[in-house]
Amino acid sequence: MTQRSATDAAVVFDPATIDLLIAELSDRGYTVLGPRVVSDAIVYGPVTSSSDLPVGIRDRQDAASYRLEDRDDDAVFGYVCGPQGWKRFLHPPETTLFTAAADGDVSFPPPADAPLAFLGVRACELAAIHVQDRVLLEGPVADPVYRSNRDRLFIVAVDCTEPGGTCFCASTGTGPAAGEGFDIAMVELLDATHRFLARAGTDLGAEVLAALPSRPARSDDQEQAGRHVAEARTAMGRSVDLDGVEELLYANAVNPHWEDIARRCLACTNCTMVCPTCFCTTAEDRPSLDLASFDRVRLWDSCFTLDFSYIHGGPVRSSVSARYRQWMTHKLASWHAQFGTGGCVGCGRCITWCPVGIDLTEEVRRFRDTDLRRIAVPVAGPFPVEGGPR
Amino acid sequence: MALPDPLIAPLVPAWWPVRSVRRELADTVTLEIEPPPGGLVFEPGQFTMLSAFGIGEIPISISGDPGAPHALVQTIRSVGPVSSALTALRPGDRIGVRGPFGNGWPLEDARGADVLVVAGGIGLAPLRPVLYTILTDRDAYGRVSLLYGARSPSGLLYLDEIRGWMAGLDIDVLLTVDRGEPGWHGSVGVVTDLIRRASFEPAGTTAFVCGPEIMMRFTKQALESAGVDEERIAVSMERNMACGVGLCGHCQFGPFFVCKDGPVFRCSDMVELCWLKEV
Amino acid sequence: MTGTVFDTLREHEFFADLSDEDIGILSACATPAAFAAGQVIFREGGPADACYLILRGDVALEVTTPGRGAHVVQTLHGGDILGWSWLFPPRRWMFDAQALTDTAAIRLDARCLRAAIDADHEFGYQLLQRFSQVMTARLQAARLQLMDVYGAP
Repeated sequence: MTQRSATDAAVVFDPATIDLLIAELSDRGYTVLGPRVVSDAIVYGPVTSSSDLPVGIRDRQDAASYRLEDRDDDAVFGYVCGPQGWKRFLHPPETTLFTAAADGDVSFPPPADAPLAFLGVRACELAAIHVQDRVLLEGPVADPVYRSNRDRLFIVAVDCTEPGGTCFCASTGTGPAAGEGFDIAMVELLDATHRFLARAGTDLGAEVLAALPSRPARSDDQEQAGRHVAEARTAMGRSVDLDGVEELLYANAVNPHWEDIARRCLACTNCTMVCPTCFCTTAEDRPSLDLASFDRVRLWDSCFTLDFSYIHGGPVRSSVSARYRQWMTHKLASWHAQFGTGGCVGCGRCITWCPVGIDLTEEVRRFRDTDLRRIAVPVAGPFPVEGGPR
Repeated sequence: MALPDPLIAPLVPAWWPVRSVRRELADTVTLEIEPPPGGLVFEPGQFTMLSAFGIGEIPISISGDPGAPHALVQTIRSVGPVSSALTALRPGDRIGVRGPFGNGWPLEDARGADVLVVAGGIGLAPLRPVLYTILTDRDAYGRVSLLYGARSPSGLLYLDEIRGWMAGLDIDVLLTVDRGEPGWHGSVGVVTDLIRRASFEPAGTTAFVCGPEIMMRFTKQALESAGVDEERIAVSMERNMACGVGLCGHCQFGPFFVCKDGPVFRCSDMVELCWLKEV
Repeated sequence: MTGTVFDTLREHEFFADLSDEDIGILSACATPAAFAAGQVIFREGGPADACYLILRGDVALEVTTPGRGAHVVQTLHGGDILGWSWLFPPRRWMFDAQALTDTAAIRLDARCLRAAIDADHEFGYQLLQRFSQVMTARLQAARLQLMDVYGAP
């Protein structure tokens, strides 16, 4: 697919056209997935019309806090992002890889039926999909499940104009405007006239847009959208300085601050489950009752579990501090070495959904404050840090 | 049966028959597995993922001769449910095999100079292919020493074969055990003590080390004290390899995936990691 | 053994960097010793009246416990130092030492060494520094053995 310039074929349509967009995608054979309100949260799932969408709903997010509220307008995408990203559709939490029969026969689950269309992908989420592309497609072996879900994916992105309390995509350079890789990107404008400014990112996206009633975008549409997105950049609930964070975390592998985090961290795995880039999985063999066959089932896993690092005799990372260090150092530092990109897209989910409100951005600040490189002792083991915890 | 899509093939075990089972130690057996015609070509140091039907899958180093790919030889110690099931297999039973995965020992580096093969316990298994490879091209190397330590005499692997090497002139073999047993007249002491007794010219010597992590750390220190270059000390790391192809994340070791960046690492490539706990 | 006791001590790694004068002092305390395979060199509880520089052969340090018989704690080989109980009171051997193979050694008389140490503290420092290194290495090895790293998990 060729990426087109962002302003190519920019058009404006009214909110009712969202229904037509859903219908157009459905007619083209896509299963359209979008935001819905489920159990007091924005959750992505199948949508068939705009009545499924969270019209007039906003989310309020802070560390360990997430609430939905009514808005005083009819914004369709007036929330930030829900607990679960799109990862679960591309890299499902549970997948049967194969079924092996005792006679050596191996069979595979039928391939996914309809291709997927994501409606309402945030800039951070789009960036996360690109990160997972690197991880799951661009290594020596591509993940077959991700590949088949990803290949036919249609992405409708929505730029953010109202960032949330735990957002920091401006710091990670992944938002608030959708980068490349979308088929269609929209900005929802809530000024005097509620409307959407849409641009195509691919030929297919342009084709879909062309099928919808719209008018060409005017300079005032562009100007308003540009202003709202620019304002969003300065309205992030969180920020973090990631400059030199790789060296910072490597050099602070034995900083006692890990222990301080560990005293709060419950090792509940929430951060890894909601993270849109965390990719780790485990495999489970589930035999049939008669032992004639077994399914090898792949499940999301988390580096916060003890089993994760189990080698014969016991886990390598038995302490919570070692597990948190693994997660954070991987996400912000070693990810670069492994995949040529950072692992954090600034969506803030790990902050919102941490039951004790551990804040990645704050922890990076604490490591800067207690940076072991600033004290004249070679890094050789845990030792007290002046002004640090303990 | 649908043929696996080439994309999914690396994730799907092939089920091959066990040709023979040899009991090595009370808790350890060597399986000879029969790959299809063409065999399983591998490099010394690589591992496979072995499945016990319906129970699970574990990483096991290949311990056979790279020059004889028509037999897949794997030495397995029974420590958990999967390894227990695998060590209980009988000839004719089928075993699931994926791989080979990972890199091999840097044998190329070792050519033309002395070689130390330092093994602890079952750590000899992934090093045996190194010895086989050296023996097929013995003149390409200088003095070659196998320094092998185990918990006790009854924990020494491949003893018949080792006796054969001891009787020959190609490999100097030094054995030691942490605890003697009645009837054992050999060395008692840790494997690192053998380094002092081995004949090698430290400059240019390549050391291949495999055993429990703590044994490898002590060995690395002893080798460096003896003058062996950190770059020329290769170790085989153990982590929780599961997918084998860098997708599942389990075997991370700092910035590395042990399954694809390892399992063999040069000590010079992991200087900081070496002393970091729980990494 | 070829050459004089002085030459043998001079060439030995353990005494590398000692002055010829110090080697001379050592030589005055040294006599060649040979043990046939199976021969007991010293016994647990006996007076620690010497230490041995093993030149060739293998020696087992053993402890005998009721019901378990002789238990080899460590084996020593050519180049190793055998015995440091002579250094400190009560100056009794902690283990049995038995030659596993025909063994050639140099016996350093403890009374003579202690007198030399008392008379020349610089010599004593040099000697103790070398013994300390051996003791440190043995302690580290013993700890590694204790860890039972190859044991079943």
